[in-house]
Amino acid sequence: MDLLKLYFRSPAAVIGLLLLILILAMAASADLLYPRDPLALAGRPLIWPFSNPRFLLGTDNSGRDIAAQIFHGARISLLIGGVATVISVMIGITIGALAGYYGSWVDTALMRVTEAFQTLPNFLLLLVLVAVFGSTITTVTVAIGIVSWPASARLTRAEFLSLRNREFVQAGRTLGLKDARLIFGEILPNALPPVIVYASVVMAIAILLESALAFLKLSDPNVASWGNLIGAGRDVLRVQWYVSAIPGIAILITVLAVSLVGQGLNDALNPRLKSR
Amino acid sequence: MRVLTLAGRRLAASIPTLILILIGVFLLLQLAPGDTVDALMAQMGGGDAATARQLREFYGLDLSVWAQLGNYLWRLVRLDLGFSAIYGKPVATVIAERLPATILLMTASLSFAFFFGLILGVVAARGVNKWPDTLISTLGLMFYAMPTFWFGLMAIVVFSIYLQWLPAGGFEDITVSYTGLRRTFDIALHLVLPTLTLGLFYMAIYLRIMRGSMLEVLNLDFVRTARSKGMDETRVVVRHVLRNALLPMVTLIGLQAGTMLGGSVVVESVFSLPGLGRLAYESVIQRDLNTLLGIIFVSALLVIAVNFIVDLLYARLDPRITAGN
Repeated sequence: MDLLKLYFRSPAAVIGLLLLILILAMAASADLLYPRDPLALAGRPLIWPFSNPRFLLGTDNSGRDIAAQIFHGARISLLIGGVATVISVMIGITIGALAGYYGSWVDTALMRVTEAFQTLPNFLLLLVLVAVFGSTITTVTVAIGIVSWPASARLTRAEFLSLRNREFVQAGRTLGLKDARLIFGEILPNALPPVIVYASVVMAIAILLESALAFLKLSDPNVASWGNLIGAGRDVLRVQWYVSAIPGIAILITVLAVSLVGQGLNDALNPRLKSR
Repeated sequence: MRVLTLAGRRLAASIPTLILILIGVFLLLQLAPGDTVDALMAQMGGGDAATARQLREFYGLDLSVWAQLGNYLWRLVRLDLGFSAIYGKPVATVIAERLPATILLMTASLSFAFFFGLILGVVAARGVNKWPDTLISTLGLMFYAMPTFWFGLMAIVVFSIYLQWLPAGGFEDITVSYTGLRRTFDIALHLVLPTLTLGLFYMAIYLRIMRGSMLEVLNLDFVRTARSKGMDETRVVVRHVLRNALLPMVTLIGLQAGTMLGGSVVVESVFSLPGLGRLAYESVIQRDLNTLLGIIFVSALLVIAVNFIVDLLYARLDPRITAGN
């Protein structure tokens, strides 16, 4: 496994992986460590962190356990980030592949649409989508996927443009393979690595978008989301700033982990760039 | 002149994009539960069906979707954005009142991000893999991963609540009415934290791009030539490398004008600035769809304008771009 060896050569990539494993462990153990509903009343409101052994990270302004919300929030963030990324990359790959493979008017039309999505501020579009379809966890996830695909579409298209006339594709065409088979079976596997690496950027942005939406109280209020907790803590910012501070650190670590892993993968896939 | 023609052609090409956006968002908003009249009636404390019908007729909401779309686009051609039922003013007026704060915030953040991203990127590239590079790159990663609104809140805690150096929000001090230079200073003071909050994320991106692009250019032949002529390192960087390394940075400004406008929605609501972003948020909450559509139109125009300027800058930095065509 050359790739693994290259990956583990970079300390930043290893730190990123460890942080990611930590977040994943938090998400996995949430039900074991905090079996109760994290949004249920747990104790006296506004207990400072480390002052009561029952609530290690204290309680928020309505008396909910912050630690429980952080652990359960890890699930929500990873779930929304992960699913939104899959949706976004799938849309991007499909549009980019079709545009790059067929060229001519298909390319022009699809690129116009991509441009429209890039010209429109993505957070504004997200607001519109949430205003129209409501803010349940499903609609929020899908909406984040819908606003963040253009970059992966452009990436896929560029790869397709450089691959579509290579010998192996021409050979496939001579053999009489159908377009769909050529696109998804032959070209796509070769075009995929840079898109997969870019997916880490999409995931980082997706997590940040969700937290911003939740902070504005436009995300699902019925799930323990870190952004929701920051928004709630805003009301008591003057003295009990820890209510907002703790979930922010959780978001920071998660986004950092995802970015570092993505960068590590990128450097491992393009070792030439790293050695400079 | 050729630069202008080229940039002008790009500008003309963005008109279909703009129309596509407007049609798309207009149709999307038709799916929204409840229209402006519902929101208006709720605000008035309810009313009977006849009033609702009359109001719908007044706002042209009783027509078919396509007729409404046609009407809307035709009004836009005449630069009429319609009427905001919630604010009781034409949408154009509502937006014009909110635009200065947002443009000020965006310009300040962009300048901050560009300037410091540039300097830190150059410093990091000059000492690649030494401690300044490691420090700057780590800080950059941190700022990149930090949710902007969270940084804003923490900055308020530190600078406004504990140190009491800077105001926690608002566009200017409304308890005293300053004029002239004093007022400018007051507004600037209010914008320090919002600018930092919005700018640091982009600074992180700029410094990373600048570092990479510096490293790339530093290895090119013409830099070796400049060095072998006996030029000192500072001159090599300033006169030869910087201009070439700047190109990707300028591209990035155009690409991120849109995201930055989106980011101002959050920052403006953290610092309660009366800007376009907060207006967008308020009109989503209040279902003021006319205003929302107007904001979409204006922000798309802003993004297109920024890209036009970027095209001009680009041609100035790299004459080959116009000569090659």
